[in-house]
Amino acid sequence: MGKKSDIELIVGGLRKDKRLPEQTREIKMKVGNIVSANGSAEVSFGNTIALSSVHGPRELFPRHLQESQTGILRVRYNMAPFSVDDRKSPGPDRRSVEISKVIRLALEPAIFLDDYPKVTVDGFVEVIQADGSTRVTGINALSLALASAGIPMKDLVTACSVGKINGTLIVDLNGEEDNNSESDVAVAIMPTSNLVTLLQMDGVLTKEELMHLLDLAKKTCKDIHEMQRNVLLEKYKGEE
Amino acid sequence: MENFALELIQNGKRIDKRDFMQFRNIEIKENVIGKAEGSAYVKLGNTQVIAGIKMGVGTPFPDTPNQGILSVNSEFTPLASAEFESGPPGENAIELSRVVDRGIRESKTIEMEKLVITAGEKVYSVFIDIYILDNQGNLLDAAALAALVALLNTRVPKLDADGNIVRGEYERKLPVVHKPITVSVCKIGDKLFVDPLLEEEAVIDAKLSIAFREDDKICAMQKQGIKGIEFDALEKMVDVALEKSKELRKLAK
Amino acid sequence: MSSREIVLPGDMLGPREGKKLGSGVYEENEKVYSKFLGMPRINENEISVVPLSGTYLPRFGDRVIGVIEAVEVSGWFVSINCPYSAFLPLSEAVDEFVDLQRTELTRYFDIGDIVFCRLSKVTKNKLVQASMRDFESRKLRNGVLVKVTPTKIPRIIGKEGSMIMLIKNRTKCEIVTGQNGWVWIRGDNKDKAIEAILTIERESHLAGLTEKIEKMLGE
Repeated sequence: MGKKSDIELIVGGLRKDKRLPEQTREIKMKVGNIVSANGSAEVSFGNTIALSSVHGPRELFPRHLQESQTGILRVRYNMAPFSVDDRKSPGPDRRSVEISKVIRLALEPAIFLDDYPKVTVDGFVEVIQADGSTRVTGINALSLALASAGIPMKDLVTACSVGKINGTLIVDLNGEEDNNSESDVAVAIMPTSNLVTLLQMDGVLTKEELMHLLDLAKKTCKDIHEMQRNVLLEKYKGEE
Repeated sequence: MENFALELIQNGKRIDKRDFMQFRNIEIKENVIGKAEGSAYVKLGNTQVIAGIKMGVGTPFPDTPNQGILSVNSEFTPLASAEFESGPPGENAIELSRVVDRGIRESKTIEMEKLVITAGEKVYSVFIDIYILDNQGNLLDAAALAALVALLNTRVPKLDADGNIVRGEYERKLPVVHKPITVSVCKIGDKLFVDPLLEEEAVIDAKLSIAFREDDKICAMQKQGIKGIEFDALEKMVDVALEKSKELRKLAK
Repeated sequence: MSSREIVLPGDMLGPREGKKLGSGVYEENEKVYSKFLGMPRINENEISVVPLSGTYLPRFGDRVIGVIEAVEVSGWFVSINCPYSAFLPLSEAVDEFVDLQRTELTRYFDIGDIVFCRLSKVTKNKLVQASMRDFESRKLRNGVLVKVTPTKIPRIIGKEGSMIMLIKNRTKCEIVTGQNGWVWIRGDNKDKAIEAILTIERESHLAGLTEKIEKMLGE
């Protein structure tokens, strides 16, 4: 916290990794990388890599968790011990419990869970390398995994991070920027219906800055959505 | 009851006849726990929480050698609701702790640099424990308010010659320099309202909780609820929260 | 090979204009959107989307292949390749009079037996009942089960059964297709038949599939 202002993250209009403020890192997407799952995807934003898979719809045990009128979505977000500089002790911690919940809530509005009474759709996000913006990378991957699993959806879900460093509003924070940011905001939207399904912010911002960042997030998500579409279409087009 | 709440709100009314922009009655008691370095009891309608602050001495985190330590924890005790179970904190308790934590940490409410005893070796730690005694809705706003009030009356304990805490003796007040207030705005269709009852929380589409500092800067946000929010509605929700935060801040002396 | 048109969840398929909403679509503000990654089917009467992947969901009237998973007092639970099991009551499976006091139902079907049946009831909450009271339903013996993506079954059957007839004729195998994605095959040439079926599953969205299968199976 105290260090935030000391570190120069933007020099001559460029970020340390040579990006413009409103530029994302290189984004890569793959679908169908885990055959044992009903659907799967891998998404990377620069050095942040998230794997995702979907199992189900499948029977839900113990039975008292079942909802007779609707299916449920369960999400587990986890970071691999080797994904960060200092080994992360394995298993869920407070951070991952919260992130699992907000990822679930980011995806739930997009899924027709009523089509599957009593059963569960289980979504897994494993961050195998973390360099900032892991939850939004995970949401993009899980959305692809759900679509490829043939889960009925209203829309895809697309996510990105935006924030403020050295007084400048930026898109797609990497780990160093995240650690030293004045503010960071995680946003997920349903691009066709234009609904915000994830919004988390910390740091300090004026209302005007927030509104500007939301605009940036909307624009960036449009581009990411296009990539999600292409990777899904490409996968199912087969060899030409 | 739940559908009744929904029907009423769609017709512009509420179960307890409150205006959409009106908080329930708020009762605050300070220093309710003598053993704690700071504490507050907040009763928001029938929702009751206690925030207790304990201070200790510890080793600073390697990446912040010149700062004290802040930790927020919450207990959804089984006595407060049939829905709460004993055992390790569930996702709702963890989320609440973390959102309250961010509101205080990110706003730089406590001058953490002033909690250093020996730089890089020894610092004060501030533990905020939030106890939910009765859940009748809007836990987050009540918990954040209780935490702030408790911090405002927290005293830093004295140290003896060996650097151990002398319980019951204090050297100064905790350096608290901001007053972040969290307001949650609920949404059902195009209806916005604040301070939901438990019955109302069960039927909301979405909720956006926003923490504001006294300079009107936003310092934390968290979206909850099962549905998405339109971009246009977001700005309105921010405006509502800002207005209500000014009102609530008057209660935190 | 050219690809057929594929749509994604949220893609607008067109105005509803009084058409019937088929499966795989939803309506919002008089417009129809896709629920799935799949292929749209739009004609004058109906709009639907056939998903390219996904778990089978039981529908009334479907002809499915099931595996007996539990024997109860007065019927059987049948696994039908989805999270919901079907119940096959004794009265829907056996014509003769059965004295329940004296008879073990395993005499008719035991755990692991394969049956071809029809879904005679599917409630909103997905309670499923199966029936074998028609001449096509029967116990399937001595064959193998092949699992394919349920949504590909129509493609394996082909227009008016053309594709499945092609495979049956060329391999001389007995083949039964269940709409739940299970295919049962018996015959000496079953390896060839399986290969053909899996090829169709993999390439069902590509044009020119019939020619490819013909070539593959030879004369």
